[in-house]
Amino acid sequence: MLEDKDRIFKNLYGFHDWGLAGARARGAWDGTRDILARGRDALVNEMKASGQRGRGGAGFPTGLKWSFMPKESKDGRPSYLVINADESEPGTCKDREIMRHDPHLLVEGCLIAGFAMGAVACYIYVRGEFIRERERLQAAIDQAYEAGLIGKNACGSGYDYDIYVHHGAGAYICGEETALLESLEGKKGQPRLKPPFPANVGLYGCPTTVNNVETIAQAPDIMRRGAAWFSSIGRANNTGTKLFCISGHVNQPCNVEEQMGIPLRELLEKHAGGVRGGWDNLLAVIPGGSSMPLVPAGADQADTLLMDFDGCRDKKSALGTAAVIVMDKSTDIVRAMARISYFYKHESCGQCTPCREGMGWMWRVLMRMADGRAHRREIDMLMDVTKQIEGHTICAFGDGAAWPVQGLLRHFRPEIERRIDQYAANPHPEPVRVAAE
Amino acid sequence: MANRRLADAHLQPKEFSFTAENRAWADKVIARYPEGRQASAVIPLLWRAQEQAGGWLPQKAIEHVADFLGMAKIRVLEVATFYTMFLLSPVGKKAHVQVCGTTPCRLRGADALFEVCARKIHPEPLHVSGDGNYSWEEVECLGACVNAPMVLIWNDTYEDLTAESFEKVLDGFANGKPAKPGPQIERHFSAPVGGATTLTDPSLYVRPSGGDNPGPALTDADAKKAAAPANVRETPAGQPST
Repeated sequence: MLEDKDRIFKNLYGFHDWGLAGARARGAWDGTRDILARGRDALVNEMKASGQRGRGGAGFPTGLKWSFMPKESKDGRPSYLVINADESEPGTCKDREIMRHDPHLLVEGCLIAGFAMGAVACYIYVRGEFIRERERLQAAIDQAYEAGLIGKNACGSGYDYDIYVHHGAGAYICGEETALLESLEGKKGQPRLKPPFPANVGLYGCPTTVNNVETIAQAPDIMRRGAAWFSSIGRANNTGTKLFCISGHVNQPCNVEEQMGIPLRELLEKHAGGVRGGWDNLLAVIPGGSSMPLVPAGADQADTLLMDFDGCRDKKSALGTAAVIVMDKSTDIVRAMARISYFYKHESCGQCTPCREGMGWMWRVLMRMADGRAHRREIDMLMDVTKQIEGHTICAFGDGAAWPVQGLLRHFRPEIERRIDQYAANPHPEPVRVAAE
Repeated sequence: MANRRLADAHLQPKEFSFTAENRAWADKVIARYPEGRQASAVIPLLWRAQEQAGGWLPQKAIEHVADFLGMAKIRVLEVATFYTMFLLSPVGKKAHVQVCGTTPCRLRGADALFEVCARKIHPEPLHVSGDGNYSWEEVECLGACVNAPMVLIWNDTYEDLTAESFEKVLDGFANGKPAKPGPQIERHFSAPVGGATTLTDPSLYVRPSGGDNPGPALTDADAKKAAAPANVRETPAGQPST
């Protein structure tokens, strides 16, 4: 288990002062000028050496992402850093805690990351629903300006840097980096085709890097304590600490910072009071937010699931945002997944046909399957449709909506068949509609 | 996708323009973005317009924001209809309740909250109650999943609800004494009920906080060593250089 001294987010629960004085007492803004004095390349290399992978879901190595930014502007275009605080993945509520309880870690991280990539300014895109959180974040930024930590000659480093808070208004898709940039430019949040990638053509057509809140808030500690410290936690290729959000059918749902690669069962039993009704009452768990396939209970499944990128991949799921949604045996699993499909139907931006039409189609079929009002052959048809959505859209939203359905069909096919058979065996006046309704 | 239309003509106010205060605020917001990129401010401005108009966005407000930013009206209308936090028809005067209905909240009993809404406010979402004071809607994940089930009313979240405590929250809006936002049970934000299992080491928090005016950033001569805790100094703290 991770020791308290190795935790980065020391005010995760808000027991202490969130402001500048409190943050400094916990070690933030300590020696920031010296960190900047190491130079851009040293910071990027430190980040690469730490092995940190993006905490927003895709798990792209952060140092590598930073290194894609142009070393100098050849055509006069400025570079921007954009922080993705549009935390909307169902099950995920980690960035919220950082913004309201430890905002100075994020502000300091914005400065260090922006310096490392030569950005002139940073925009933090907070989801619209986090109203108090963005007020708190703005207050922290104001404190930092007042103390001379950011703005002109930030921390006395001779580097000018501004940080602005921007917000959305309730669109999940704006968590996709190019949709976020579109939204930040004042348009509908519809993802852009890539390439060109944001590191070449991003915000206002300028080189831009988009990073998650947690990724950036960890950067100051990585720089202060060193890449060797960070990479000594967790497993190879899955280093460091991670905020886990444990929700659903556990006795004490909570957020907690733990080391990467902690076994699922240990995570739940140590911090969340265990699964409601005991470990044997577990039906399934979604390890990484609603876009990821579920992992059912079982000796070779949830029992041995290690909570990191590779550990989740071994169970044909993914770590995503590390939002653990626990479902016990009282769950109507088909209905639960149908509700997730409804979420994706509601949040599809409508740009690509497979996603716009497919989301509603999957939801309607799943709702019928929840009642058993379907044909057995529709199970394969549904699987086929998910495969036709996956990978055939501009952004990863289509994949993220197809995977949970695939996970359900992969592991709970007998349950769906049982419901269909039960419904078919009982006489009923209403005809069973087929999928092409 | 959600199908969203402007409210009927008879509900639309005849005109809308920002108050002087909001106008000054809007100018400050626009200054955050590079020159010629004032369109970036469209979401914050629409948000402020919605607040000024009483919690929803009339057509005239959308057009006013378009004029204010020098944008084509259709571009702003696109934005207003795309983002679901912009409410296009009137809402309750005292409280518009947004109930999270996504899977993590449903697993913890959000169904009971919808029953309360249907009983106490209106059977249908996005309809104003008879007295004009309340309305409700089902929204997608609001990002407080470890405090499920939860609702958002105006700017504050009310978390860890049951049907009973939710009714109390609603009653608080009725009698002008709103409940304290946050968890409605004995719980500190997102820490587990019964106390945190981590961050219990008091030595994490012993460094003096430096008072109200701690001066410029601390400047240790050396960067922190690998594996050393960040809140412990290797060298005695000197006079902070300015």
